[in-house]
Amino acid sequence: MDEFIIKAEALSKSYRLGNQPSERYVALRDVIARSATAPWRFLASGRAKPPVIDRNSETFWALKDVSFEVPPGQVVGIIGRNGAGKSTLLKILARITRPSGGRARVRGRIASLLEVGTGFHPELTGRQNIFLNGAILGMSRTEIIRRFDEIVGFAGVETFIDTPVKRYSSGMFVRLAFAVAAHLEPEILLVDEVLAVGDAEFQKKCLAKMHEVSRSGRTILFVSHNLAALRHVCSRGLLIDKGSLIDDGEINTVLDRYLTLGNNVAGAHEGFDSAMFTGHSVRVRSTRGAVIKTFDPVEITVRLTAKTDVADPGLYVGFLAPDGHRLAGLDFKDFLTVEPMAAGATRELGFRIERLPFLAGRYQLELHVKDMAAYRVEQIPDLFPFEIVETPIYGGRKLDTWFGNIGLVAQPLAAENKTPRMAAVAWIK
Amino acid sequence: MTELIIEPIGRPGFYWRELWHYRELFYVLAWRDLLVRYQQTVIGIAWVWLRPLITMLLFTFVFNKVAKLEAPAGIAYPLLVLSATLPWQFFSGALNDASQSLIGNSQLITKVYFPRMIVPAGSVVTCFVDFLVTLTLLAVLMTWYGFLPDWRLAILPLFVALNAACALGAGLWLAAINVEYRDFRYVMPFILQLSLYASPIGFTSDLIPVGWRILYACNPLVGIIDGFRWSLLRGETVIWWPSVGLSVLITVIFCYLGIRRFRRVEDRFADLI
Repeated sequence: MDEFIIKAEALSKSYRLGNQPSERYVALRDVIARSATAPWRFLASGRAKPPVIDRNSETFWALKDVSFEVPPGQVVGIIGRNGAGKSTLLKILARITRPSGGRARVRGRIASLLEVGTGFHPELTGRQNIFLNGAILGMSRTEIIRRFDEIVGFAGVETFIDTPVKRYSSGMFVRLAFAVAAHLEPEILLVDEVLAVGDAEFQKKCLAKMHEVSRSGRTILFVSHNLAALRHVCSRGLLIDKGSLIDDGEINTVLDRYLTLGNNVAGAHEGFDSAMFTGHSVRVRSTRGAVIKTFDPVEITVRLTAKTDVADPGLYVGFLAPDGHRLAGLDFKDFLTVEPMAAGATRELGFRIERLPFLAGRYQLELHVKDMAAYRVEQIPDLFPFEIVETPIYGGRKLDTWFGNIGLVAQPLAAENKTPRMAAVAWIK
Repeated sequence: MTELIIEPIGRPGFYWRELWHYRELFYVLAWRDLLVRYQQTVIGIAWVWLRPLITMLLFTFVFNKVAKLEAPAGIAYPLLVLSATLPWQFFSGALNDASQSLIGNSQLITKVYFPRMIVPAGSVVTCFVDFLVTLTLLAVLMTWYGFLPDWRLAILPLFVALNAACALGAGLWLAAINVEYRDFRYVMPFILQLSLYASPIGFTSDLIPVGWRILYACNPLVGIIDGFRWSLLRGETVIWWPSVGLSVLITVIFCYLGIRRFRRVEDRFADLI
């Protein structure tokens, strides 16, 4: 006898696309016109049934054969790219839309937080909206009265509770809306991207509340793009891509798999063009795995062809934070001398950094190509992004970086250089 | 722990149990609409009085003074008009609000689960509250004319219920139609106008020639308005019971068709809106 609180069995959801995708509804006048001309069309075509209007309609499968089981008390993260079908899955479980095929078995009261502030009316006061929103989310009036003070306290809007909500700042609004939903007491909570709104402070509060909810034994299904939050709260991950469930397991492994899906992490980039060289590829990758983690050994490879004779080729690689300021750099001449390249010669230059000491985040690579004999340096205008994922360091603890900290982990800098250097070796092929 | 099964086709008996479970939401939505409507208006709830008052004055002028139509002996013409305007207003207001209610609440419908029938039913309840308020206007007018109702007043609640049921049935049907065929809302004002002229508001229905009476009574409002008048105006008006019977029949048909259509389209609302 398996213990589950949610069991999805081959859930599918399809939509029919007409040849005019912008028209989601049929206009009555078209229906009338169609039926009025039906007799004429019959005479003309000699067929009993009028021809099918949207001949070009295709079926779009938002979800296809999704099956999984959730035991009670688990916090599951549902991950996928935009349009993969995550929200559709939640909508089906929340009973807002019906599946086209398959079925789901649910053994508990479900509350869904698909949007913050559902049903809030700007003309009503905060107090009135709490009762309104609470009732909409399924709380009884007595429940709301009982938890009223807690809700107001959590949101921190005591002084404004009797002013119309349209006067609230967006932060207050979001806090109040979440406060109501957070005090639901369902067995199952479905949360869809609600963390996308609100500031860092608010997100912290939300996650803490979700943590509390899960610790009290409730089951949570959580859809988010915030990878750090997912790692923080969830123990299990479901990866959905193009409507199908492609991975199901421990949250970190599933997230790593997600990151390799789109080319959004390991930087494998198209080349570049400059006066002296044509670059064919720029790659940044960890030699240890598919994703780059803090302190991973990282290889940077640049493959280029000289357009003219270059007597003393050189390469400088700079690591930039997203705002553009330079964190560190590596210059080839500090490591090896490159032999002269005749026009048309192709070389691959690379760095292998023993331990890349950057915290999790999105970085960019800046390239300068040089002919040092001719004192020519060209800065390639393109920047090549790559991402470092959150990693447990310092004895297994993950650093809290999703409030915007980025950059080097503290380590001794080479005192005589202005730009911090890292331990690295270089090679030429 | 009872298990809920989510599948492509829902089970009928379950739906009505759920409606009961969500009954509080019913009041809450109606309460919200009323609050919003009157929260910021200067005149407030007195606004609800103005419409029937103005209609009554207008009709009295046009039909009584200009066209010289007379009320049956003993009844003041304005009373005659007002006793018909009230049910008509309830019906047309409820119909209008209910048909738009799903689209107006599209945010709710695409984000939260609850039995969708609550939404149009809630707007009927809101209009009903307005109706009760306008009844006070009628009461004021009656005391002013010194024309108070007799025992027949006890029958009035039945006619009110008939009115509400008719509005609900038609409202549900229209709400469902409106989601599927979005341009239907352009037809609505026309239908309502038609019902105004086709209903015996400025005159009594015994003016209709006998041969046409059955056809005329196919408008359910005819039976309802006649019933209102009969119970309010001390029986001075003549009531033709077959038209009431026809109203009941048509109301039942409306309710059946309305609920059926609504339930069939309901599952797709979130996808269509």
